[in-house]
Amino acid sequence: MSSEYLFAHKHILGLDHLSVPDIEHILNTAESFKEISGRSIKKVPVLRGKTVVTVFFEPSTRTRLSFDIAAKRMSADTFSISASTSSTTKGETLADTAKNIEAMMPDIIIMRHPSSGASNYLANRISTSVINAGDGTHEHPSQGLLDLMTVKEHKGKIKGLKVAIIGDISHSRVAHSDIIGFSKMGANVFVSGPATLIPKKIAHLGATVCRTIEEAVKNADVIMPLRIQKERQNDPLIPSFREYASFFGINRQILQIAKPDAIVMHPGPINRGVELTPDVADSFQSVILGQVTNGVAIRMALMYLVIGGA
Amino acid sequence: MTRLQAILLENGRIIDPVNRVDKKASLLIEKGKIKAIFTRRQKTSPLPKNLLSIDLQGKWIVPGLIDMHVHLREPGEEHKETIETGTRAAAAGGFTAVACMPNTNPVNDCQSVTRLILEKAENASARVYPVGAISKGLQGESLAEFGEMKKAGAVAVTDDGKPVADSQLMRRALEYSSNHNIMVISHSEDFSLSRNGAMNEGVVSTRMGLRGIPNLAEEVMVYRDLALAEYTGCPIHLAHISTQESIRLIRFAKQKGNPVTAETAPHYFSLTEEAVKDYDTNAKMNPPLRTQKDLEAVIKAISDGTIDVIATDHAPHSVLEKDIEFDQAANGIIGLETSVPLTLALFRKGYIDEARLVELLSANPAKILGVKGGSLSIGSDADIAVIDPEYRFVLHEKDIISKSKNSPFIGAQLQGRALLTICAGRITHNALSA
Repeated sequence: MSSEYLFAHKHILGLDHLSVPDIEHILNTAESFKEISGRSIKKVPVLRGKTVVTVFFEPSTRTRLSFDIAAKRMSADTFSISASTSSTTKGETLADTAKNIEAMMPDIIIMRHPSSGASNYLANRISTSVINAGDGTHEHPSQGLLDLMTVKEHKGKIKGLKVAIIGDISHSRVAHSDIIGFSKMGANVFVSGPATLIPKKIAHLGATVCRTIEEAVKNADVIMPLRIQKERQNDPLIPSFREYASFFGINRQILQIAKPDAIVMHPGPINRGVELTPDVADSFQSVILGQVTNGVAIRMALMYLVIGGA
Repeated sequence: MTRLQAILLENGRIIDPVNRVDKKASLLIEKGKIKAIFTRRQKTSPLPKNLLSIDLQGKWIVPGLIDMHVHLREPGEEHKETIETGTRAAAAGGFTAVACMPNTNPVNDCQSVTRLILEKAENASARVYPVGAISKGLQGESLAEFGEMKKAGAVAVTDDGKPVADSQLMRRALEYSSNHNIMVISHSEDFSLSRNGAMNEGVVSTRMGLRGIPNLAEEVMVYRDLALAEYTGCPIHLAHISTQESIRLIRFAKQKGNPVTAETAPHYFSLTEEAVKDYDTNAKMNPPLRTQKDLEAVIKAISDGTIDVIATDHAPHSVLEKDIEFDQAANGIIGLETSVPLTLALFRKGYIDEARLVELLSANPAKILGVKGGSLSIGSDADIAVIDPEYRFVLHEKDIISKSKNSPFIGAQLQGRALLTICAGRITHNALSA
């Protein structure tokens, strides 16, 4: 990294807004922070005296805990608010919620929200740093970054790798951030899944669409099945989970057409037996828990950088 | 709001395509009627006393503009707009008449609501033509009372805001409209294809993670409506056309001689889906802003006559409905005060001439709805707009007269505006001194 580089983002809203040097800088920072989580005293004073508020309008276990742990390992004071799904007919508006939180002078607001663009909306209205922890079907930047970090860790590089993302691309903010992030960093991203779950214009984000999962997985370095979201099944996009598992599930057999040293990733939570068989999820090729570990480091880096860390 | 005995609009350029007039002349208004049009050499009878003379060198004198697609929100949503504020906005935009859509609360689906609207409009700044509902309560199930609404003053019927999903009901509506000689206006949308959509389906919606509304949600319904019009032989008017393929279908139906007319809105020839970037809810409407190729097709249809009317689909919403998450925000933008400059942009770029502009904004809507106006015939009501095609300005929120400020054109540099609006001989808007 050149000495003139300056990380100039006050908010982290999506990978779409980050440049290649930005992403490299975040990954490098996270790599240097990762070691902290391995210490017996897992705390550094970097964010001492800073206030981090997490606001989740959607349920989450992993992401929320990860942000919370990351903030605490940096010595920040953390507070969290859970809100049921925003309603315009009752209760407070999002702008009011945000302004009320802002009035208590936090340094960072981390938000998950069911509406795409909700973090952009917030960032346009308040002066506190906003980190998007997932907005609708738009982006989930910290997940995209931890995926990049994990691949880089295992493969030593990202450029030139074949990355296969399988499943519900339409409703996955993780897929959107990953497609943007991996293609930005020079990987070749292939997507496959039921055509009802592949957006017609996804190629414009940098992905190649494959009709069959075999085409996507063949010689892949990275395989990432996405969670089939059971809560979306009132909109009949696939005939059944059984059929999905047999045509689009990742199992031993499919794994054999990938590169022998291919890694299997998953943004979690896994529907075992649907998008991923248990033996693959638990195999030596699976780096799913490594992703979770890296998630803490990425979130430490993001919080550090948005409030002006170098 | 001055009521004078007589007004003389001097030395303007009179553009009246219905009477095939385009000349530099003066126009005399007396007792609310157009009394005479004469050139400098034609000095006829002596001019009346108590005359207000206005010199309009370099300005256009055109028939009062008519917006056949406006939401005035009264009754029921007076926090967004009222008949009073909406017609003042209309007058400021050069309009002397507006047709107001029935999706109020209560819905204008019976004569008593039609009457209520007309009573409230008695002292309004523009003529108000209520449009009744096609189906009772806009529920899409049974026909509303077209005959009684027409008798009470309704000029057309539509379920605008929603499609008539049931094709048989739409067929019945067209058939029944012939008994009452009332125009059926269709909001053409296949709701099963557009449901929960927040913007045009395409590259931008994919990038923004917003659920898309594909062009074909409009097109499959345009095809159905055109087929029903052909089959029944009953006229139909298609509202807010936004896509290239819809236009191709309408052009073909017209070539076959079917009784079809169509309108588009200024935003469909001025903006594309790119305007939604950064989740600007003032660029959210239904049908959504489309792509450059659709925009170009709309412009071509305006210039070749496939599109008959430019109507604004003026849809006021307050910050309560607009300053929220994009997918939750209401559809629609205001349009009355920006229609003239946006349409003049087409004129300046050479897509339409002055006469065609007047047809699109005045003569054609009058003809389609069967209402007064649309021309400057001697003896007719003095509904007149004076347009300064050169006036340049930046649209500021504080200058918007409409009660709601949901316009994507705030901050835009615009050219051309209504300087003076006269409705039935009464000055309803005067920006001459400004």
